[in-house]
Amino acid sequence: MQRKYAHLKTGALLAVLAWFLLALPCLNAFTAPASALHVSDFTINLYGKYLCYAMLAISVDLLWGYTGLLSLGQACFFTLGGYMMGMYLMRMIGTLGQYHQPIPDFLVFLGWSSLPAFWRPFDSFAFAMLMAVLLPGTLAGLFGYLAFRSRIRGVYFSILTQALTYAACLLFFRNSLLLGGNNGFTDFKFIFGHDLREPETQRGLYVATVLALLGVFLFCKWLTRTKFGKIQRAIRDSENRVLFSGYTTANFQLFVFIVAALIASLAGVLYVPQVGIINPSEMATDKSLEAVVWVAVGGRGTLIGPILGAFVVNDLKSWATRAYPDMWLIFLGTTFILVTVFMPKGIVGLPAQLKGVYARRFARNKTTGAGAAATETLQPAKSK
Amino acid sequence: MSAANKQFVLLLEGVNKSFDGFKAIDDLTLYMDEGELRTIIGPNGAGKSTMLDIITGRTKPDSGKVEFGFDIDLTTLNEPAINRLGIGRKFQTPSVYIHHTVFENLLLSLKGPRGVWAALFSRTTSEQQDRIAAVLQTIGLLGKKDELAGSLSHGQKQWLELGMLLAQEPRLLLVDEPAAGMTDEETHKTGELLLSLEGKHSIIVIEHDMTFVRQIARKVTVLHQGHVLCEGAVDAVQNDERVKEVYLGRKKKH
Repeated sequence: MQRKYAHLKTGALLAVLAWFLLALPCLNAFTAPASALHVSDFTINLYGKYLCYAMLAISVDLLWGYTGLLSLGQACFFTLGGYMMGMYLMRMIGTLGQYHQPIPDFLVFLGWSSLPAFWRPFDSFAFAMLMAVLLPGTLAGLFGYLAFRSRIRGVYFSILTQALTYAACLLFFRNSLLLGGNNGFTDFKFIFGHDLREPETQRGLYVATVLALLGVFLFCKWLTRTKFGKIQRAIRDSENRVLFSGYTTANFQLFVFIVAALIASLAGVLYVPQVGIINPSEMATDKSLEAVVWVAVGGRGTLIGPILGAFVVNDLKSWATRAYPDMWLIFLGTTFILVTVFMPKGIVGLPAQLKGVYARRFARNKTTGAGAAATETLQPAKSK
Repeated sequence: MSAANKQFVLLLEGVNKSFDGFKAIDDLTLYMDEGELRTIIGPNGAGKSTMLDIITGRTKPDSGKVEFGFDIDLTTLNEPAINRLGIGRKFQTPSVYIHHTVFENLLLSLKGPRGVWAALFSRTTSEQQDRIAAVLQTIGLLGKKDELAGSLSHGQKQWLELGMLLAQEPRLLLVDEPAAGMTDEETHKTGELLLSLEGKHSIIVIEHDMTFVRQIARKVTVLHQGHVLCEGAVDAVQNDERVKEVYLGRKKKH
């Protein structure tokens, strides 16, 4: 029975994967726009964005759901990855900017006539990607080392990661950082010589994002099944016991924190060319909190949950920001409260929860309804 | 007793610790022989748990000597490092990993490498399985191997935690009120379990329940206001006038 259920689950996951990886891009590429089966460029682009959010949600869940560390700093690592990609894309604009200069427009505006030294290596995509690993990785390493060594836990950890994100946000707002200030980067033209406005390019980016999410998913699946994963959850449930069993928990937390930062950064890297803009507002407080809501809605402590949550909540957001533009944050807050109170295990935990409710209702009916049949009520107890 | 010509598995000499002016531990001196089963009693606030905190690295003493295994200074080490030396501690309230199975709880506790890389690439060997089975046998939870620790009864959780300590193969076991919240029968079983470990490990048991103390006690140390009041066999201790006055008398126990 259990095994059959597991097969069903694997089958469903493969079907979903085939839908996103093969069906959607093919329906976008090979059907006429008038066809009922056609998937629009807009949809592909939108789903590409959601898939990036799903990766960001997994990075939140790896810390929150699996290790008991509610990080509000994932938006910071996401944005850092996005900026690294953004710097490469800015260089690919070449002289096609408003000022037709060989340097990004905002630098011309700031009075620069040649490229600042730290910008130069970003002509290379490989270098930009190296920095998308090194920068968030190093920041997470340093911050995590200090925080975990000092045994900063619980709400203090959340506040500190929020502060880190806010500090980075303020820093990136400054024009003197030479990263575009509050406007950030936009007006990208090319990636690897492909025009970003072409549907093929966007489709390619979309497929790359599906594959990246699949990779992250499989990696996390492996990680959480190792002894390391077991220790992670042990830290979440009883950190003292782990400490007093000889494990330096700080090292384990640091490792997860760095891994999660890299996943968030990867999400940012793929997000920027699909959305076409990156600026410091990605590090605003509500962005980090939104990612936490995705995880809570989907179901924390699972890997499917964050993906599901990212899609459901963002779909809700797309609808709400069109139908009731001013009400979105109220919707978001209400959703979070309702889910926390009534669905503590999120959408993923809903079947088990409903089954429990049903079983209890059923049992009650049976005991109240079966007045004369006292012997009958003994049956289920015996067959246990 | 003098420490000069004898070697002890655990040695505390002239240890002091104050919290905001309150002297929790006051010139505490205590020696433990290898393989000894020692029971420590004392009224609330006598400093029993603080003493365990000092031994296990949770709290740093203000002054004094804390040494383990003949000459290792414990005051400079943190909890995991002290645990890896071979000191296991059981907490008063059972702390097990409730979302892991009984088997997994023991697997994570088994003596072995404790690093991140080792954890990433380790596989459960058949030797480890055998060791876990042996521990399960000792603590009487063989039938519960695949159940979630969170589904165990209070008494079973206490035994599981004791089993997790045994899996670490420690030289010194520190057991804080193992019988708290247990039925009489469970308490008795716990006592037998601890007695069966005597000689294989050095054990310190902190306890309140005098019936339980009588069952397991070899040498009893009475703590009072962070200081050793007296030490000796359980009858001698119970008949000591000072002990009656500060602890047993006040609790109206004979």
